[in-house]
Amino acid sequence: MTSRLSYVALRALQVIPAVLAIAVLNFILLHMAPGDAADVIAGLSGHASAEMTAELRRSFGLDQPLIVQFFVYIGRLLTLDLGISLIQSRPVVELIAERMGATLILMLTAIGVAVGIGLLLGILAALRHRSWTDTALSVLALVVYATPQFWLGLMLIVFFSITLDIFPSGGMRTIGAEFGPIHSVLDVARHLVLPAGTLGLFYVALYTRLMRTSMLDIMTLDYITTARAKGMSELRIAFTHAARNALLPIVTLLGVQVGHLLGGSILVETVFGWPGLGRLVLDALLQRDLVLLLGILFISSVVVVLTNLLVDVIYGLLDPRLARK
Amino acid sequence: MSALLRVSDLTVEYDTLGGALRAVDGVSFTIAPGETVAIVGESGSGKSSIAHALLRLIPRASGRIAGGRIEFAGEDLAALPEHAMRRVRGARIGMIFQDPMMALNPVYTIGRQIAEPLLLHGSVPVRRAMDRVVELLTLVGVPAPEERIRQYPHNLSGGMRQRVMIAMALASGPRLLIADEPTTALDVTVQAQVLALVDELKARLGMAVLLITHDLAVVSEVAARVVVMYAGRKVEEGPVNEVFADPAHPYTRGLLAASDWSGDPRERLREIPGTVPALAELPEGCSFWPRCPDAEPRCRAARPAELASGARRASCVHAERIWRPS
Amino acid sequence: MTVQVASGVVSLWHRFRRNRAAVLGLAIMALIVLAAAFGPLLYPVDPFDMLGRPSTVPSQRFPLGTDVSGRDILAGLLHGARVSLLIGIAASLAATLVGLVVGALAGYFGGWLDAVLMRTTDFFLTIPSFVLAVLIVAIFQPSVLIITASIAVVSWPSVARLARAEFVSHQGRDYVDACRAMGMSNAEIMLRQILPNALPPVIVIASLMVATAILTESGLSFLGLGDPNIISWGYMIGVGRTVLRTAWWMSAIPGVTILITVLAINLVGEGLNEALNPRMRQR
Repeated sequence: MTSRLSYVALRALQVIPAVLAIAVLNFILLHMAPGDAADVIAGLSGHASAEMTAELRRSFGLDQPLIVQFFVYIGRLLTLDLGISLIQSRPVVELIAERMGATLILMLTAIGVAVGIGLLLGILAALRHRSWTDTALSVLALVVYATPQFWLGLMLIVFFSITLDIFPSGGMRTIGAEFGPIHSVLDVARHLVLPAGTLGLFYVALYTRLMRTSMLDIMTLDYITTARAKGMSELRIAFTHAARNALLPIVTLLGVQVGHLLGGSILVETVFGWPGLGRLVLDALLQRDLVLLLGILFISSVVVVLTNLLVDVIYGLLDPRLARK
Repeated sequence: MSALLRVSDLTVEYDTLGGALRAVDGVSFTIAPGETVAIVGESGSGKSSIAHALLRLIPRASGRIAGGRIEFAGEDLAALPEHAMRRVRGARIGMIFQDPMMALNPVYTIGRQIAEPLLLHGSVPVRRAMDRVVELLTLVGVPAPEERIRQYPHNLSGGMRQRVMIAMALASGPRLLIADEPTTALDVTVQAQVLALVDELKARLGMAVLLITHDLAVVSEVAARVVVMYAGRKVEEGPVNEVFADPAHPYTRGLLAASDWSGDPRERLREIPGTVPALAELPEGCSFWPRCPDAEPRCRAARPAELASGARRASCVHAERIWRPS
Repeated sequence: MTVQVASGVVSLWHRFRRNRAAVLGLAIMALIVLAAAFGPLLYPVDPFDMLGRPSTVPSQRFPLGTDVSGRDILAGLLHGARVSLLIGIAASLAATLVGLVVGALAGYFGGWLDAVLMRTTDFFLTIPSFVLAVLIVAIFQPSVLIITASIAVVSWPSVARLARAEFVSHQGRDYVDACRAMGMSNAEIMLRQILPNALPPVIVIASLMVATAILTESGLSFLGLGDPNIISWGYMIGVGRTVLRTAWWMSAIPGVTILITVLAINLVGEGLNEALNPRMRQR
């Protein structure tokens, strides 16, 4: 148990250099932009006066040598001072915090449901290896891999909102409606179906394929033969002995997917007008608000790093052998 | 004598890119209740395929029982529907494997894995299961069983893991234990302990044991009768002491000469020349003739018939001077 | 040498041909490449010209109809194919080159260089790549070059990891030691000895990366981060979006085009994988 704790602690320590690296990347990007960083922060928005730029230059320490600027900037980022969004005239952190919830709801719903369905289909495909079910699932996965997510979202809107009119085409809540607590949750859920489906479908395909391969590998191992020799049915072996082991390599991949998921979420949110980070990115793009964009990159990277930490800890719980390593 | 297991003309085939290969070719033998029978042979002789075929554990995708009968306590296992077969596996026939590290699931506790066959076959009520697991672990000589049940396979030593496998196989009180190379993956000192344990449990529980091994020393220690396999075929069978004292088949003689068990240390390293032929390239006639010191032209001409003498059987033309066709 | 290469290509083609889906993918790819190369010549319509009434259904004059500004959708598809293929292939090539260099150096020399390079690679694998690509394009203003660069910047890490693994596995082998004993320089060993062995899996991942790059490009131009002087499929979907209720086909058509293109590339990549790495044959 103690070795597991120290494993978690050791893993948690690795977050520090990762976050530092993200801050450095942000600093580099800020200085790669054409012109003075203060111009980037203020000028590109087109609303800033000369005094304002000078004030910015001072407050961000941009009149200092580059090395000083670097430490001032890193220090600011690490205390979550991401600057002021000049268009919105509000701290970037505040804007992001406001939108983070909606994005997390979308992402977690999409990935949760998708992984669940994908794992089940993957087990099914492995059990029915080389049957037409297996082939059909493989073909479907190939098509889904090739589908641009934002376009899938548009097509789902055409079909489910415009033609069938069963799901709303955008937003997170019915505008102007007064609901009790239960109904307002159901209302959000109804709005969530299409965007989460759009975002999740790719991962259904991905996890079906991953689980299928992993299951096929595991099903040839000796301990599966042992389980058969105990008199267990194939179905039961697949869902207990095999699935539990087949999951291990897949859980580690989940961490890698989080960054990808966030990118997809941004596109899907713009399609469905979901009031999360994606919409914030679009607003920032339209108004050329680079400070806001940099803030979004910083925070979303930190979220990914922390999620990876969480995934590794979960892995440690799933694999009893890890404590030994 | 009514046999517990009567295998007749068992044939096992595997699919390969070059077509079906006969890993086991018309093998017959019997096991009486409470008897220990050993099947010996080099790797690739088909001995492990027999073990897997008896419980019908050959994956459908790779091979199948292509013929023969496996009569166990009056039922033909080869013809049994899958659901009925599941009630035989782990209940009336238990099996242990070569490498206990690989044969135990790394993510489940020892306790859970031993309890599984108990619960599957309804041998004990759920709430009694863990007590029974502790009893079983005590039976197979695992110290501190109450602690072991919460541990994982990687926490145990090789010998302890094989004891766990044995406890698992014995959980539902089988009448036959199939042991597929149970000591090969273990340290030499542990091998003897595990063998002694199997022997002791056999006597205590009155079950029969089918021991698959390449190690003649192991055979002489625990088995009453031995079946010698070569390239998928049975070449010799009989009581261990008779076969070892006076082998009828040149291959058995070669095996005995090559094993370090037989007396004279100077003779020890005299190995059989050549190697086991690939199943795809079996020679005509007797499979062994290319390596046989006594080969004659007629050995190539036709497959030798099985000859019998008392409890002994051998498939070699040289035995026919003294033996009759079986 | 030439004979060897030629016979290698022939046997590769024999193995590739066994996968019928891959051959289909290759045929589709060939059609798309032909359409991109000669389409605009055979169908000389400027995709930015407002030639007809807005949002018309397909007709004799406009085989795929017009968009909201009365521009010819077929002309847009043909010109868009050029952009998609160009950016997809260029970004994949650039990413492969960077990834190969990083992975080769890390895998061959090991030690602190390996540690530094691989930490950097892992870092780039972690951060949300699409967000980074958006930022790079936003900072530098959209152009084909910048879009290509931004996609390459977020794509090279996977190549680097793969290349490193290959170089590590070859590094300790006897033939490499023998080359060293013969006095070959590190650069020679890496380029002439190890690289040819490491290349097959890298080629596969590079071909699949073209597909991902095309998807990323379409996402960027959908967000309005496309090169404003060139029409692209993602931009066309974005245009059609405004009239989704009345003219859904306007977004559907370029979307299906992307889907078919990416699917074809993936099929070819799978086929290459089976043909180049027969040991790792898919089940």
